[in-house]
Amino acid sequence: MATTTVDAHAHDSHAHEGPKGILGYFWSTDHKVIAQLYLWTGMFMALIGGLMAYVFRMQLAFPGKPVPGFGVVSPVEYNALVTNHGTIMIFWVAMPVLIAAFGNFLIPLMIGADDMVFPRINRLSYQVFLLSAIVILASLVVEGGGFGGAWTAYPPLSANPAYNLTPLGATLWVVAVALEFVAFLLGGINFIVTLMNARAPGMKAYDIPMVCWMIVIASILFMLSVGPLIAGAVMLLFDQTLGTGFFNPAVGGDPILWQHLFWFFGHPEVYVVLLPAIGVTVDIVATFSRRKLFGYRLLLYTAVGIGVLSFFVWAHHQFIAGIDPRMANIFTVTTLLISIPVIEMFFVVFATMYGGSIRLTVPMLWALSFLAEFMIGGMTGIYLGSSGSDIYLHDTYFVLAHFHYTFFPIAIIGGFAAFTYWFPKMYGKMLDERLGKIHFWGTIISFNFIFIPLFILGGLGQHRRIYNFQNFPELAPYQPLRVVATTALVVMLLFQLVFFWNLIKSFRRGVPAPKNPWESNTLEWTADSPPPHGNWPPDQMPVVYRGPYEYGHPGRESDFWPQNVPPAREA
Amino acid sequence: MSSKPIATSRSATGVPTGRLAVWWVLASEVVIFGGLLASYVIHRMGHPEWHAAAAVTNTWIGAFNTFVLLSSSFTAVLAHQAAEHGDGKGAARYLMFTILGALIFVCVKAFEWTTEISHGYTITSNGFWQFYYTAAGLHALHVIAGAIIMGFVARDAAKGRELHRVELIGIYWHFVDVVWIFLFPLLYIAK
Amino acid sequence: MDFTLPQASSYAGSIDGLILLITVLAGAWLLLAEGFFFWLIWRFRARDGVRTQYLDGTEPHIKKWISRPHTLILILDVVVIVAAIRVWVNVKQTLPVADATIRVIGQQWGWVFQQPGADRQLDTADDIYTTDDLYVENQKTYHFQLQSRDVLHSFSVPVFRIKQDVVPGRTITGWFTPIAAGTYDIQCVEICGIGHGVMGGRIHVQDANEHAAWIAGNTPTVTQ
Ligand code: HEA
Ligand code: HEA
Ligand code: CUA
Ligand SMILES: [Cu+2]
Repeated sequence: MATTTVDAHAHDSHAHEGPKGILGYFWSTDHKVIAQLYLWTGMFMALIGGLMAYVFRMQLAFPGKPVPGFGVVSPVEYNALVTNHGTIMIFWVAMPVLIAAFGNFLIPLMIGADDMVFPRINRLSYQVFLLSAIVILASLVVEGGGFGGAWTAYPPLSANPAYNLTPLGATLWVVAVALEFVAFLLGGINFIVTLMNARAPGMKAYDIPMVCWMIVIASILFMLSVGPLIAGAVMLLFDQTLGTGFFNPAVGGDPILWQHLFWFFGHPEVYVVLLPAIGVTVDIVATFSRRKLFGYRLLLYTAVGIGVLSFFVWAHHQFIAGIDPRMANIFTVTTLLISIPVIEMFFVVFATMYGGSIRLTVPMLWALSFLAEFMIGGMTGIYLGSSGSDIYLHDTYFVLAHFHYTFFPIAIIGGFAAFTYWFPKMYGKMLDERLGKIHFWGTIISFNFIFIPLFILGGLGQHRRIYNFQNFPELAPYQPLRVVATTALVVMLLFQLVFFWNLIKSFRRGVPAPKNPWESNTLEWTADSPPPHGNWPPDQMPVVYRGPYEYGHPGRESDFWPQNVPPAREA
Repeated sequence: MSSKPIATSRSATGVPTGRLAVWWVLASEVVIFGGLLASYVIHRMGHPEWHAAAAVTNTWIGAFNTFVLLSSSFTAVLAHQAAEHGDGKGAARYLMFTILGALIFVCVKAFEWTTEISHGYTITSNGFWQFYYTAAGLHALHVIAGAIIMGFVARDAAKGRELHRVELIGIYWHFVDVVWIFLFPLLYIAK
Repeated sequence: MDFTLPQASSYAGSIDGLILLITVLAGAWLLLAEGFFFWLIWRFRARDGVRTQYLDGTEPHIKKWISRPHTLILILDVVVIVAAIRVWVNVKQTLPVADATIRVIGQQWGWVFQQPGADRQLDTADDIYTTDDLYVENQKTYHFQLQSRDVLHSFSVPVFRIKQDVVPGRTITGWFTPIAAGTYDIQCVEICGIGHGVMGGRIHVQDANEHAAWIAGNTPTVTQ
């Protein structure tokens, strides 16, 4: 631990200009550079995950036909694609983009610091993360193929090569996930300590912008829930490679143990990604409604409440897994109760919009659509949390549609919201609003056309991880719905070209961004766009005088009141 | 020092940044060992026949190692005290004693494991042994890592630099000690 | 395309009823919330010269719009919890007296069904073994014992609304009473390796005579 604290040597470069050359980029300790590395790696992985979805969805819509750009999909490949699509989207897209990229970019800027408190640990975190990404991608092409035992990796299938037939793929999968956990533990400690200690003078706990709070609460939640799964990953690795039998019933092990370890982490994990997305949304909605956030503390308490409760709901994934059926009743109660703090967050955002002056900019459209779509995903969680109906719905496409209606809004919509909102700060250029709107509507409409058919299919009993539904007489007739979903996916992927075109356009000849294009209050908008190394000149570090959401204050001419403007200057 | 980020020198909570970080590291470690040990305890209760395997472990060796670790924690405290008084050389000397303790611990462990393995008790022998090797192995890794880091801290401390790290590594070392205090009864005494 | 699934077991109706209850209660809330949300966007769209209200979260007249729905949703939760647990206890926590017991064995990648022959006793020499096809009698209550020879599988008959994971090293018992004759899908719904996508089966719910004839015709002749 101690050797990794900053030493003077690493910071000789601090005074110099930004990173030099591509290698310097990868070796930089600047939080903004690391944020961008995380962002682009995450986006690249999103593209991979999306293309995987394209391949297996094509197979589902046109079973057995060669998929353009891929070829015929074998059952082994199908399982590997689904498994790694899920794994990548959660661990290499949602987490790096929402937590690592924006956590790194925003926390120091928003609390008025020049960097993270441990810049070198920060760099190490990204390097471990990059390694893990390479390992997971490599696992797809090794002999035997990628791991195909689902992202939940239930043993004995995952533990025994004789069952999964992908010895190397399965091992690399576990290694990659474990490395990713290490990367996020390193990053998380940095976020937490930075927020606790490195705040600008005058910034009290309730002056911290919500998105920073949410990312840090999410990091704490991650840290406290992932431990048992790290232990579990070690056991699984030993089962795979040394022949131990932690999860092998034949020698006294217990396959269900893994499920407990996995979901004890897995459920808090969904809130680990939800909270940052909520934070992003709240900040954007407050800015573009020109309203003070309604119930700052209430929001904070509900976030903590969700965090605490989330440790007591994990077995709702295991209602019918063979656990004691009496346990299901307890978990039904806790699961349904957790909807209350989540809903409360939504009400807080609604109350913030009430009485506002809502500007439908591109980031605001993304933020609002996050709310609209996530409500559907959350509401369908009620069907699953209620044990009686989960008997039928478990592991059907209803579950699948439920969690795509939560994860897609969080990871992709939330990602785009944050990206379009902070892009001017990050790169000093404005994005094109018109292209942004085309991209937005194309993505949102096609998203619903992908997953509403899947809700219907799930209700009809279609279950998950099947490469060809023609094998099941009751499911075969619904092929048209599958074709609709796949078509919508292709349309959505094509609309991403608009996004990339917008990016290229703005990099090449975008309008230079002013310091504070959205007339926002938080500190990052007082730095240059893009902020230089160190963010502010050392003798002009910001000082904070008020909370982050002072919009429309009655006593003032201007409708916003930046956190760093001294009260005296006011007259 | 001026080239360090300003962020590092701030302390909004009043607790030094390094100490905060170490506590968070330990929090994450606690849940890792917690998950492993909880899994072990649950299995152990479900498998009374593991007692036979547990009876094979050598309680005396375990007790000796407990003594070694406790003593090394004590020297870590002395090192901290020396560092508090600005005595870098003294701190480094005490840290060397702690590292020595770590070395003894690891050597004894190596001897113990060789004996056990040569008697045929390997990690795949049965449920007890797989937990035994995994838990003690994970702990031993922490001992080794701690000893290495301590070497660097001691080197700096001897030159009078970064004395605050003596305390940080000490906190970590106490944690490693506490984990062993849990492992010892669970793996050696409970027969 | 037919968008209804037959209710072919005694408890299928109660599970569908629970799903309907949630659809009505939570669905109403969802519509309300979405409706209110879009109304907000429209009502408070940016207009020239209109300043925003300055509220900070302590104003009772706004706060009540958070606390009242909050209480109502708590009530909704309680209603759903009670309904869910009632269904759950009936399906998973009670075992009505069985007319027959069958054994369902999952393996990569097919189902083996073991059921009593003419002597109506399981685990006797005249047991009938079938693979992937299960023959049961309408209106009779069955206990099933689930076992696995390798990895996890999950025994699911969608028209019965029943689903239960199959765990190696354990025997998990459940029950069903078919109420509609016909032939339906059995699906394995837990990923179990490369053949998971073909691990289906068919359940044939037969009338009494038909089933008796099937039993008689398939009971192995045992020489002792
Ligand atoms: C980030 C992702 C995310 C989020 C936020 C959630 C949120 C919730 N999830 Fe979901 N879930 C997943 C991701 C997520 N889930 C994944 C990935 C799986 C499958 C894993 C796998 O098997 O592969 C899963 C599976 C899953 C299951 C297991 C299903 C099964 O396998 O059988 C259950 C069961 O209880 C469940 C419940 C819930 C509930 C009650 C919530 C609640 O937190 C939701 C609360 C939110 C709201 C209620 C929305 C607000 C709505 C309104 C304001 C409108 C009014 C609504 C009402 C009155 C209800 N989820
Ligand atoms: C964050 C999580 C996430 C996301 C975003 C998605 C996105 C999509 N998913 Fe996925 N999915 C999972 C998580 C996710 N999925 C999980 C956990 C599983 C379960 C795996 C298992 O069973 O083991 C699963 C399984 C799964 C299945 C089930 C397969 C089966 O069981 O047989 C299907 C089937 O249609 C599917 C489809 C899709 C589609 C069409 C999309 C589309 O929405 C994809 C479109 C992609 C893009 C639009 C990306 C392009 C975007 C960019 C390049 C820019 C990104 C920029 C920023 C983020 C700023 N997914
Ligand atoms: Cu058997 Cu899936
Ligand atoms: Cu969950």
